[in-house]
Amino acid sequence: MPGDAHIIVRDLTMAYGDFVLMRDLDFRVERGDIFVIMGGSGCGKSTLLRHLIGLNEPAKGEIFYGRENFTSADRARRVELLRSVGVLYQSGALWSSMTLAENVALPLQEFTDLRPAQIREVASLKLSLVGLRGFEDYYPYQISGGMQKRAGLARAIALDPEVLFFDEPSAGLDPISSKRLDDLILELRESMGATVVVVTHELASIFAIGTNSIFLDPETRTMIASGPPLELRDRSQDPKVREFLRRGRIGGMEEVA
Amino acid sequence: MLGRTADGALLIRLAGAWRLSGGLPDTAPVERELAATPAPREVNFETSELEEWDSALVTFLLRVTERSRGRGIDVDRSGLPAGAQRLLTLAEAVAEKEDARAAQADASLLERIGSRTISAGTSLTEMLAFLGDATLTFGRLLGGGVRFRRSDLLLLIQQVGAEALGIVSLICFLVGLILAFVGAAQLQQFGATIYVANLVGVAMVRDVGALMAAIVMAGRSGAAFAAELGSMKVTQEIDALTTMGISPLEFLVVPRIVALASMMPLLCLYADFLGILGGAFIGITMLDLSVVTYAQQTIEAVTLGHLLGGMFKAFVYGILIALAGCLRGLQATTSSSGVGIATTSAVVTSIVFVISACGLFAVVFYALGL
Repeated sequence: MPGDAHIIVRDLTMAYGDFVLMRDLDFRVERGDIFVIMGGSGCGKSTLLRHLIGLNEPAKGEIFYGRENFTSADRARRVELLRSVGVLYQSGALWSSMTLAENVALPLQEFTDLRPAQIREVASLKLSLVGLRGFEDYYPYQISGGMQKRAGLARAIALDPEVLFFDEPSAGLDPISSKRLDDLILELRESMGATVVVVTHELASIFAIGTNSIFLDPETRTMIASGPPLELRDRSQDPKVREFLRRGRIGGMEEVA
Repeated sequence: MLGRTADGALLIRLAGAWRLSGGLPDTAPVERELAATPAPREVNFETSELEEWDSALVTFLLRVTERSRGRGIDVDRSGLPAGAQRLLTLAEAVAEKEDARAAQADASLLERIGSRTISAGTSLTEMLAFLGDATLTFGRLLGGGVRFRRSDLLLLIQQVGAEALGIVSLICFLVGLILAFVGAAQLQQFGATIYVANLVGVAMVRDVGALMAAIVMAGRSGAAFAAELGSMKVTQEIDALTTMGISPLEFLVVPRIVALASMMPLLCLYADFLGILGGAFIGITMLDLSVVTYAQQTIEAVTLGHLLGGMFKAFVYGILIALAGCLRGLQATTSSSGVGIATTSAVVTSIVFVISACGLFAVVFYALGL
């Protein structure tokens, strides 16, 4: 029976039509974890994330949020379950026809009874949390890629979610910006007490923030390792996992130390 | 240059320049040698006369290697330039993913017909599912349970209404003009040029005004809707709405349908007027009719029923165009070419919808005696 873990994935198979992307995925994300889904490019990390938030349907298997079966829930119940979830998409996915403040405000308008002035105030707070104070009335195309990511984060935390999903947070960012984003993720988790699930192949990030992880292998089409990233690097029996994680020894050490 | 060594190996002697600019060399002679009996024990290379080489050589070697190994013949690469050896090793480092290529294999004609039929079926199902979803959402709209931003709706109304006036004016004035011109040429034979006013007035008000407005709006707004929703899909903005529990159907599709369905009858009215104006222009300048006569004749010919019928048609066309545009946009695949395909398909779909509906209306209105 599903226990007290935050997210439980049981026997999940992901497929596009007849093409099986990953099979036999079994893992638990505990409350407060920073859970890293890692693996080489194109192995299905982002697809796994899409399954976790209900954008793709599993070919087989189940996903639980707490004790509740997410896979078999109906649309209305899913919406309710997802209300405690925030997602930062790979491209930021800000609504391009709205200003940053409107982007952050939309979920607040939809799901709270706050008055417009109060919503505006909360939106400003969220933007200032990610270092975008004063950018309320900018449109997404007027700011840089790194700022868009942060604005996306502000929107993701608009409703104080219990789980935050990050799809390749550092993709397309320079090392400094991506380090800052990592720090921000850590900071927000500390202060909000949220569970974080990150899809990434950036070793620096993996070691800097990950408390638990799984490793997806495109050749065997399943997960071949799970555990804290540092432990996997030092003790994994699987050469593929060690090779993947040790590649970062030179680049990643300072961050780890 | 091919030859056999004493111990039964195939020796391939490479000489001269091997450049892509010189074209890819044929491997057929080598394959003949490989197939010959007795089969060569292994394949060796000799390159002392090789002058310069690039990918042409590597491609050739890779093909030779594949063919030889397919026949269970070893390939000894030690005679090759070190650079070529390294490139070959690199090319073979990652084994081919078995089903990555299989998916793109050439299908037979029958198979293609089959898969086209299946995908046509799926696309019809998707269309019906979308229509059903949209209808349900509209049911909720009437109950007041649908959320979208009023500012979005107002902006859309401006885009599909006021901003379309220019092009609708031009097209409809010209269509009225053409109708009058063609009509005048025929009616002049009977000295009945005054009936040009009837012809233009009735045709514009009953059908042509709505149809022209619809075709302009299909190219203008149907395409815009598909492109906008399609690119929102590419940038994952639609995903962001969905995971936030906001239905894209409510938030994006409903305001577009409402905007177009409410603006189309007005555009149609305007189109009718401009068409009649075009007709009058011909009537007055070419046929020497007076403004008053022309207006009088038009007013007598056109009934309120005609006018309302045309506006109702325009209302339906508006819904169809918005539906087609949004459907194609939401179906777009997540690439920039996907958005292009969606846009094209939106225009084609909406024009097909509009013309089919127009035909249907003609039959129904005739049967009802309107």
